[in-house]
Amino acid sequence: MTLPISDQSLSLSSIAEINTLSGENVKVCMQCATCTGMCPMAQEMDFSPRKVMHFAQFGLIDKLLEINTFWKCASCHACSVKCPRGIDIAKVMEALRQQTLRKSKNHIEPSQMAKETITELPQIALVAGFRKFTS
Amino acid sequence: MKISYYPGCTLKTKAKNLDIAAVASLEALGVEVEEIDRWNCCGAVHSLTADDLIHQVGPVRNLIRAKEMGAEKLITLCSMCYNTLARANQIMKTDPVKRDTINRFMDEEIDYNGEVEVVHYLSFLKEAIGWEKLKQQVKVPLTGLKIGSYYGCTLQRPAEVGIEPFGHFELMNDMFRSLGATVMGFADADKCCGSYQVLSSAPGENSASANIINTAAGQGIEALATSCPLCEFNLGKQQQQMLDKGNIEQNVPTYYFSQLLAVALGLDSELCHFELNDRQSLTLLENKNYLVAA
Amino acid sequence: MCETKQKTQATPKVATGDRAILPEGAKTIPVYIMGKKYEVPETLTIMKAMEFAGFHFLRGAGCRGGICGACPTVYRMAGDYKLHFGLACQTVVQADMYLAQIPFFPANRADYSIEEIGGLPEAIHALYPELFRCVACNQCTKACPMDVDVLGYISALKQGNIEKAAKLSFDCIQCGLCASRCMGEIPQYHAAQLARRIYGRYILPNAEHLKTRVEAIEAGHYDAMLAELEQMSKEDLEKKYVEREREPDFAEVGSWSPAETKYL
Repeated sequence: MTLPISDQSLSLSSIAEINTLSGENVKVCMQCATCTGMCPMAQEMDFSPRKVMHFAQFGLIDKLLEINTFWKCASCHACSVKCPRGIDIAKVMEALRQQTLRKSKNHIEPSQMAKETITELPQIALVAGFRKFTS
Repeated sequence: MKISYYPGCTLKTKAKNLDIAAVASLEALGVEVEEIDRWNCCGAVHSLTADDLIHQVGPVRNLIRAKEMGAEKLITLCSMCYNTLARANQIMKTDPVKRDTINRFMDEEIDYNGEVEVVHYLSFLKEAIGWEKLKQQVKVPLTGLKIGSYYGCTLQRPAEVGIEPFGHFELMNDMFRSLGATVMGFADADKCCGSYQVLSSAPGENSASANIINTAAGQGIEALATSCPLCEFNLGKQQQQMLDKGNIEQNVPTYYFSQLLAVALGLDSELCHFELNDRQSLTLLENKNYLVAA
Repeated sequence: MCETKQKTQATPKVATGDRAILPEGAKTIPVYIMGKKYEVPETLTIMKAMEFAGFHFLRGAGCRGGICGACPTVYRMAGDYKLHFGLACQTVVQADMYLAQIPFFPANRADYSIEEIGGLPEAIHALYPELFRCVACNQCTKACPMDVDVLGYISALKQGNIEKAAKLSFDCIQCGLCASRCMGEIPQYHAAQLARRIYGRYILPNAEHLKTRVEAIEAGHYDAMLAELEQMSKEDLEKKYVEREREPDFAEVGSWSPAETKYL
């Protein structure tokens, strides 16, 4: 995959925003991919956590907003606890979700969910899911 | 001895089997369990954005309820409740700026400064009863039960609130050893089950859960124990669908650790509400002749 | 609600119709209605003061007795950040109040058939999944003009305790101020109403004496009496009403029964 990096695709302000929202510094990442190795959801992601960190370092915000990685993240912190650079990657994923959610765009719509599904799910699944997927 | 207790929403309905068995076990061990008044949802997941405090208000409000009751410790069972309460408590203890903002926002409540300690049930069991004493109280040893302790993510991560260090599963393992079970090594003990991703995947199609069941089966584990209603849902209630869809090779019955504790203490199996587990969970225990009826 | 011209006389001695009748030399105070300053007599309710100022309530007013929930009002005192909430018909004006009426709030109200949804908490969860967006901020409780523990009943609903939710929400008058403050966009009052309906339909035991009485009514037991009453003149009805047999005040339970027993 080739991603063009130009003044069109690169957004310095998005790097700052991700850092502010997450409280982390994505530039510290050294691309070792321990996060990807630890991630239990990696096989369902279109881009691995390491690649997402790379996109974030270059401020490729348009690319970041169209991929599913952070929507597939389960916030389990397996990446965060093993990161040799001490980055809380789960917080970076949260920052990426929030960039969309704070524009009042939901990733899932509670009102569109099947009644049978809601009836079956334990309350914590709904609370946790709505926290992560709705604004 | 008396202890304050925060149950959590799911434990009052779909995970009654986690709640009732745990409370009955503590009472059988001589501990009076007092549920806190007027508790609300803990929020299930800790908010990870640096500027977001509103999602800390829910868990902190519960800690205020405990403080109002004069509790020094608050025990919880559900791994997600434990995590959100403990992490919010940590903010209130260590971050004066955030603490003041949260206290100012909740102008209808008394101020809270992290006075209450959030303790997981397993830690409390070790500290207040101890494994030796627990062993003496066992009426039905779980002899021959090859158990895998499954911690999932929120009991151990992040380290600041983990009930024990990464890679250590001694609290649950020691409890099961005291109950007479055979504790098995389990490579996926702290792998995430997929958690709330159940909302975004079709039933039985969650790869994270399927991997865990396959690892457990491969390691010869015949029963998995958890502390979290969402893990139980993903690994237990979805298991038949995983099998039907060919994502796992064989069943591994799942339990709340508290159910097996109650069984070993010889409590009435009605208290364990096995009807809320997958049917195979009850069958395994029946086959092993562990169950005591009233 | 629409505005008409302010009365030219600053403190009229007598007001007619819905307008307040003011005591001699009543003092006036400034209030701000939709940002505009009006001098209104003190001691009036917000609703009366707004009418005094020249507003007519076409909607957003109902019973004027604090129970219909049509006149929720948000107000703030000049110089303070704090928002206050009340019913316009019950809250007395104070100097320098900034007032806004919230006669209606567009909260989600689910469609359901009470006979079909069943009596389990999951029925409420399925109709109002937004309940799980609650963050326990408690703004709903702070906004309630009836002092209902709104967060308490929302928590009870999430915990699957319909009875607790029904009882905690009993004083709700459906004004919608809770929903207007909710960051989870939850229609608290509609969910609570559903909880009370489910509680009444599926959880509370049926009152046996009501069943017998309904059967008696359906069997025509009271038809003759009603037909007789329908034939009577207004004067005779009034006389009959005044002379009716009444249980004495403070009678011991079971100590009294009417002389006329044929309708029992």
